[in-house]
Amino acid sequence: MPEANIPLWEVFIRSRNGLSHKHAGSLHAPDATLALQAARDLYTRRGEGVSIWVVPSNAITASDPAEKGMMFEPTASKVYRHPTFYEIPDEVGHM
Amino acid sequence: MYTQALNAQALDAEPDRADPGVAKVEDAVRLQRFQERIDAEERIEPNDWMPELYRRTLVRQISQHAHSEIIGMQPEGNWITRAPSLRRKAALLAKVQDECGHGLYLYAAAETLGVAREELVDQLLSGKAKYSSIFNYPTLTWADIGAIGWLVDGAAIMNQIPLCRCSYGPYARAMIRVCKEESFHQRQGYEIMLTLARGTDEQKEMAQDALNRWWWPCLMMFGPPDTVSQHSDSSMRWKIKRFSNDELRQKFIDATVPQAHYLGLTVPDPALTFDAASGHWRHGPIDWDEFKQVVAGNGPCNAERMARRRQTEEDGAWVREAARAYAEKNRAKAA
Repeated sequence: MPEANIPLWEVFIRSRNGLSHKHAGSLHAPDATLALQAARDLYTRRGEGVSIWVVPSNAITASDPAEKGMMFEPTASKVYRHPTFYEIPDEVGHM
Repeated sequence: MYTQALNAQALDAEPDRADPGVAKVEDAVRLQRFQERIDAEERIEPNDWMPELYRRTLVRQISQHAHSEIIGMQPEGNWITRAPSLRRKAALLAKVQDECGHGLYLYAAAETLGVAREELVDQLLSGKAKYSSIFNYPTLTWADIGAIGWLVDGAAIMNQIPLCRCSYGPYARAMIRVCKEESFHQRQGYEIMLTLARGTDEQKEMAQDALNRWWWPCLMMFGPPDTVSQHSDSSMRWKIKRFSNDELRQKFIDATVPQAHYLGLTVPDPALTFDAASGHWRHGPIDWDEFKQVVAGNGPCNAERMARRRQTEEDGAWVREAARAYAEKNRAKAA
C-alpha cells in the first residue's frame, strides 16, 4: 500500500523583534510540533529568525490572481485617498 | 511559496474546454500575453496562467535540481566520519545538512506547480527522473572533499546565480537562499585544497590527483554543447535560463583556472590556452561519450547511489509511519 502524503505547512519567520513575520517557504510534517522543528532546521540554520509560525497550507485562503483586476481596481481609481491629491499653497509650509 | 491545495482549486476552476477550436484561440491570446509579461521581466507566480510546456519544463528542471542536491549528500557524507580534524568535520556536517536543505527548498518550489513531493521522489527512486551526472563519481580521498567544494559547488554557483532571476518566482526565491549558502561551501573546499597544496609532497599530489579526476566531469555539469542542447530555445525565450550551457562553462573556466594556478596545481587539459584577444581560457575537447554513459546510468557510482537512496527511503518508512500515527492519535484525542 502506498504511504499517505505528509501534510504541507507554510513557514513564517520574524527575523528580529520590531519586524513582522514574513513567509519563508514551505515544508512537510505530520503535525505542528514536528513542523516547527523542521522549520527551525530548514529555514533558520544561520540565525535567520527569532520567532517562527507554521500554518497548515490548506488553512490559507488566497485571492485568485486571474481576478486581480476586479479585486484591486477600486483602490487604483481613488486618487483622493492620497495626500498629493490636495492642493495646499506653498506659503502654508510642510503639511 | 503558494500551496498545492490552492493549485488543486485552480485546476478545478479551469473553463470548460469542450470546443477545441475556441480553446486554441484562447490559448494563443494567453500565450502572447504570457510572453509579454516575461519580456517585461514580470515574475510568474504559481497560480498565474502558464503554458503547459513552461510548467512541465520547470517541474522537470526543479525536481532534477532537487534530486541532485539529495543524491549529492552521498559522496561527501562518505567522508564525515573520516574528516582529518574536528573543524573539518563540523564544516562538512554543516555542508551536507545544507545540501539536504537545498533539496527541500527545491522540492517545495516544484510542488507549487501542482505536483506532490512524494510523486517526485517516486520518479527518482524508479529511475525515471535524472540527477546531476557529477554525483556518480566516487570520493576516493580526503582531497576529493576539497575538490567538490571548490569545483562542483563552484560550477553549481555559476549555474545558480542566473537562476536567481528566473522568470518563475518560487524557483528564483529558492535559488537566492541556495546561493547565499553555497558561497560557504566553495570557500571551505578551496581552503582544504590550499592546505593540501601547501602541505607535504604527498598531500600536494593528493590535491593534484583530485583536480585531475574532477576537472572534466565538472565541465560536463553545464550540459551538452549549445549545438546539440535540446531544451535551450524555449527555456531562454521564457527566461528560465539566461545563459547557454557553453556560456556558463566558459565563465566557470575563466574563474577557475587562475584559482588552480594560485594553488600551484596543473589543470589536466594539455590544450588549455589563454586567448589574450578575448580574455578567455580556451579548453580542449570534452569527452561527451563519457557524459552520455554516465547519464545513461553507466557511471562509476550510479548503481551505488540509487541503491543507497532506495535503502534510506525504505529504512525511514517506519519513522514516517510512527509520526503519522502519533499525529493521528493526538488529533483523535483533541476531537
